[in-house]
Amino acid sequence: MNLREPAQALKNLVGVGLITLLMMGCSPNSDEEKAEAEKTTAAQSEQSMLVYSARKEHLIKPLFDAFQKDTGIQVNFVTDEAQPLLARLEAESERSPADLFMAVDAGNLWQATQKNILRPTDSKLLTDRIPAAYRDPQNQWFGLSLRARTIVYSTERVKPEDLSTYEALADAKWKKKLCLRTSQKVYNQSLVAMLIQRWGAEKTETIIKGWVDNLATEVFSDDTALIKAIAAGQCDVGIVNTYYYGALANEQKDLPVAVFWANQKAGGVHVNLSGAGITKHAPHPELAQQLLEWLVSDKAQAMFAEINFEYPAVADVKPHKAVAAWGEFEADPENLSNAGRLQAEAIKLMDRAGYR
Amino acid sequence: MRVLSRSFFQKGARVGRSILALFVLLVALPLVFLIQSWDTVDVNLWNHLLATQMSRLLFNSFVLACGVSIGVGILGFTLAWITTTFQFPGRRIFEWTLVLPFAIPAYVSAFVWTGLTDYSGFASTTLRTYLGFNEGIPSVRSLGGAIIIFTFAFYPYVFLMVRAALISQGEHIFEAARSLGESPRRFMWTVALPMVRPALLLGITLAVMETLADFGAVSVLGVNTFTTAIYKAWYGFFSLQTAAQLASLLVLVIFIILLFEYSARGRRIKQGMAAGRQPLHRISLYGIRAGLATGICFLVTLLGVIIPITQLMMWASRMFAEVWDARWSALIFKSLLLAGVGAFLVILCATAVAVVARFDRSRFTQFFVRFSLLGYALPGSILAVGTMLLFISLDHKLYELGIARSVVLGSLGALMLAYVVRFLVVGFGPVETALSRIRPHILEAGRALGVRRIPLFFSVILPMMVPGISIGMLLVFVDLLKEMPATLLLRPLGWDTLALKVYEYTSEGEWQRAAVPGLLLVAVGLLPVIWLVKRSGLGKK
Repeated sequence: MNLREPAQALKNLVGVGLITLLMMGCSPNSDEEKAEAEKTTAAQSEQSMLVYSARKEHLIKPLFDAFQKDTGIQVNFVTDEAQPLLARLEAESERSPADLFMAVDAGNLWQATQKNILRPTDSKLLTDRIPAAYRDPQNQWFGLSLRARTIVYSTERVKPEDLSTYEALADAKWKKKLCLRTSQKVYNQSLVAMLIQRWGAEKTETIIKGWVDNLATEVFSDDTALIKAIAAGQCDVGIVNTYYYGALANEQKDLPVAVFWANQKAGGVHVNLSGAGITKHAPHPELAQQLLEWLVSDKAQAMFAEINFEYPAVADVKPHKAVAAWGEFEADPENLSNAGRLQAEAIKLMDRAGYR
Repeated sequence: MRVLSRSFFQKGARVGRSILALFVLLVALPLVFLIQSWDTVDVNLWNHLLATQMSRLLFNSFVLACGVSIGVGILGFTLAWITTTFQFPGRRIFEWTLVLPFAIPAYVSAFVWTGLTDYSGFASTTLRTYLGFNEGIPSVRSLGGAIIIFTFAFYPYVFLMVRAALISQGEHIFEAARSLGESPRRFMWTVALPMVRPALLLGITLAVMETLADFGAVSVLGVNTFTTAIYKAWYGFFSLQTAAQLASLLVLVIFIILLFEYSARGRRIKQGMAAGRQPLHRISLYGIRAGLATGICFLVTLLGVIIPITQLMMWASRMFAEVWDARWSALIFKSLLLAGVGAFLVILCATAVAVVARFDRSRFTQFFVRFSLLGYALPGSILAVGTMLLFISLDHKLYELGIARSVVLGSLGALMLAYVVRFLVVGFGPVETALSRIRPHILEAGRALGVRRIPLFFSVILPMMVPGISIGMLLVFVDLLKEMPATLLLRPLGWDTLALKVYEYTSEGEWQRAAVPGLLLVAVGLLPVIWLVKRSGLGKK
């Protein structure tokens, strides 16, 4: 056996090891020093804050950058799923460095209030601009953008006159023509929760069973695939968030699928929201409030809507041109914290009804 | 023989056990919260899960695990066997292309294949439009489809380990068998297969562990498994506690599998030849047989690499200019750095544990060795949260001691610990297989010649472990490149990686953008694959 080569490999290994140890030793330190330096400047000029965000980086960073440009306040952020972030906030408790918690659905925001992680924010500006349905009853969180979940249909095989409500999709005339996304997605859980709020559990379960009976194929794992299935003729109608439709229609100009506003005479379109609340132990609550108030400004609201084809939470801010083209709609006026409160019941109901 | 190997390490045994105890402690700490979770039970939720879906989920998980075991076992072994035993056109290229599917995260290939085979997808649409097949082709969004996707994602574990085992068996056995008139086929069944059994079993075990812990790919494929229930309890019912309870059951099952895997290997120490430096003389194939060998390797490369990568490239080409900016070079650098340093640390720990496991064969030690490998059995975000909770309580303790700022959470050290806990088994497997070929009489001879223990370790044992160590490092490195949940939750501010970018885009359904970091991930993962194939000298001849 040639011992030299392994010996050389060994030397390499040891070399890499030493470098590693050096890095382990230095790099967190230098990072800490940097963080420390940031903290001191922050303490002097109060120029930096920390956001825990379940909204993904590419959808919020442009906003935070614009905020910093306007105010000079730096926004650091940590992104993750809402539940790990909530677990982190809960465990960090009074020593949490986070100032603001941001989520992409009402359920998780409701859950944050249940865990007693957020604090009420007393701001006339916020309560004036954000309608009551889109904020926490105690003002612990505020909706920042709206996501309408409504019916889409094949323009080749369905006449819009045949469509009316979510509930009517349970009708036998849609047998083998309905496509749905998985019940594991929070958007469907919120939708069903709001149906329970409107109709009670029993009637809702009948509706869901009707949906399941009408399915043309297995449930989809994302809305975009569902819209494509309608376009390809696998099914005729489905329920999706409009921004997925917006993105796809933007890409394929001749997409043979259109948006139908559900329940216009019967309770309104289901909307979910992305929103944020100031954390209970925020080190910089006044900065967080400043950010929240900036986020409901006309400029920020327009940006919000622009980035992802969503609807502004502030009523008089116009959505993106392409979005506005789908027309205006009546939204469900019920407070969205119900979506969180009834989420567990909704999932159980869907499980019983065989909606996977 | 066992007595001798023991006497060699008699003194080391105590040190060994202390090292092991340290690792068990290390791994046990993040798992503590799994045990803690059992203090109260949400009976309502449990009843609901049991009544409405548990039997179906368990069935799905069971079938998936069995299917993937068989799939990766057959595919991984066959490919390793034909590329090490035979010479056929394209073999040297296939040697590394066959490793590449490993660099594509399973949920990415799941999405690509769903897109292609769905009713609205390219393949079905083409068939419908031009050939009049109204039914299209069966979608991969099914249990069978999931088995195929996972098989293609994880067979490289088996391929790499079995290949290393076959090569290190060396020429002599094969020559001897041939001179006795054994055909390659008989040789495969009677000699090669039994000899690579430990490597084969370990590779399969890794694949099964990763399959059972997976959430991303199964949700893209719409196949609900036991892990689905874990996430449903947590994200849907807001009960991290019930999720942790379910996860601890999963860990228990995996623990049993690991113990079974160990006992199935037999306690007899394998008598391999450590002769990896001699190039193998491969049997040249001609005609149909050569075509068949090339064909199989090409088909696997086509399905596992060429098709998914082509799709990613088509998406990325549209989005590249929009997505790319100057921060991305830092992103690539940080991905490499985290994966590189992480892989080094994991392999360091794995080697230590493997050495202890090799020379202290007591039941007690073996039991705890398997225990320390359990991190890989947990769904990533459950382990990440467990680790995070541990660090937060550590920070709180430090605070009470007067250290004001949070030092643990969000430091690189914390992230590295999570990596070690999660990927220890991936590094451990190949190192242990390499170690199992060291014959005790080598040590005996060394001792008889008066070589001291420590020089003997560094001059004989460690060099013989090097092939195993390099494969372990490669596997861990690529796994770390793909790692998402722990990096996401525990990284220091600003430490983004390619895998995180893939996740961020895909979670918003922006697959075209996700293709850019996805492709970069594959490209970066390619580097160590080429390095490994080159440096292990396997590419020669």
